[in-house]
Amino acid sequence: MTKKGFVHKIHKNLCKGCGICVHYCPKNVLEMNHDNKVVAKRPADCIGCHLCELRCPDFAIQVEACDFPDANNKKVTKKG
Amino acid sequence: MYNENIFDYMRTEKLPHIWCPGCGHGIITASIVRAISNLKLDKNNIAFVSGIGCSGRTPGYLDFNTLHTTHGRSLTFSTGIKMAKPKLKVINVLGDGDALAIGGNHFIHACRRNIDITAIIYNNSIYGMTGGQFSPTTPDGFIASTTPYGNCDPSFDVVKLASAAGASFVARGDAFHVLQLDKILQKAIDHKGFSVVDVLTTCPTQLGRRNKMKKPWENLDYIANQTVSIKKYETMSENEKQGKFPIGIFIEEKRDEYVETYTKRVINKAKGRK
Ligand SMILES: Cc1ncc(C[n+]2csc(CCOP(=O)(O)OP(=O)(O)O)c2C)c(N)n1
Ligand code: SF4
Ligand code: SF4
Ligand code: SF4
Repeated sequence: MTKKGFVHKIHKNLCKGCGICVHYCPKNVLEMNHDNKVVAKRPADCIGCHLCELRCPDFAIQVEACDFPDANNKKVTKKG
Repeated sequence: MYNENIFDYMRTEKLPHIWCPGCGHGIITASIVRAISNLKLDKNNIAFVSGIGCSGRTPGYLDFNTLHTTHGRSLTFSTGIKMAKPKLKVINVLGDGDALAIGGNHFIHACRRNIDITAIIYNNSIYGMTGGQFSPTTPDGFIASTTPYGNCDPSFDVVKLASAAGASFVARGDAFHVLQLDKILQKAIDHKGFSVVDVLTTCPTQLGRRNKMKKPWENLDYIANQTVSIKKYETMSENEKQGKFPIGIFIEEKRDEYVETYTKRVINKAKGRK
């Protein structure tokens, strides 16, 4: 079994740590790291609204839909 | 369509760009690229032109035929390009100082001719590049390096100016409502005739810092609070309208385009063609 989820492609070389994506994320997925670059701390909470991607002035974050193993499915959890 | 193929349209070796952290200019640039990608335009068929200013740096990062011209005069270069190569899609980005102060004259006459160019104004209400001098769109009371007591000059309303001057497509968008901006820019680029898009945006460094909006999102929040849809604006009282900007498409009309008119009425006659 799989569950729809999102992965966050962050181009560290482009991120200027402006904090816009962190501030406007409705699900508090993103955080600023100690190196002043953004990281996806809680990717499972992402709803794929793409607001971070659309408002990033540096083209530094891309959100992609993907299939994850479903954590509620016992077989997968046991195996993993 | 989001940014999945944005780098196909960029000179990636020139990135990261020169703009300050959180500068709205990058948000608009990405929106223009998505609009072009959505329209499936051929990169080689686009001429992308700018003047001087932070906004003027845009073409340097884009993989089109690009031209970085002089302050205030970019529309004259675009006019030349369109006259010489009518098949090219000409997109011209301008700063608010660039378009409305030094270039105000060129701007109104380009509108009047209705030549097929898309003019996109990165309207951050300040001279970003040269140290935060006030511009023709600096809001009332705002502090700029040249208005230490607060700006007392009334602003231009770009939409009204472009409409009165004769542009056949006039719209306003902003760097906060990005999906709407994508759609407006797509229509503007697709329109045949002179299209003007006033894009309200930020300059955290020169405008924000002096006006209690130092953080990039504080400046973006200001833009968000300033803007309302045209529909909502129409229902508001005169009092409520103060300091608010309606966003959306104001004019979208089919009118004679200048290169076609000039070809028919001047070039063909001069060459003795019917
Ligand atoms: C003929 C001429 N006059 C003045 C300047 C100096 N100058 C460069 S950019 C600029 C204004 C920039 O402001 P704006 O057009 O609003 O663009 P921004 O930097 O905010 O994007 C000025 C006055 C110049 N380069 N050329
Ligand atoms: S908006 Fe972009 S540049 Fe700013 S912190 Fe987020 S990823 Fe980095
Ligand atoms: S796509 Fe939306 S929910 Fe997911 S990280 Fe970006 S802003 Fe947050
Ligand atoms: S000075 Fe202002 S307009 Fe120029 S790059 Fe910095 S924030 Fe952007």
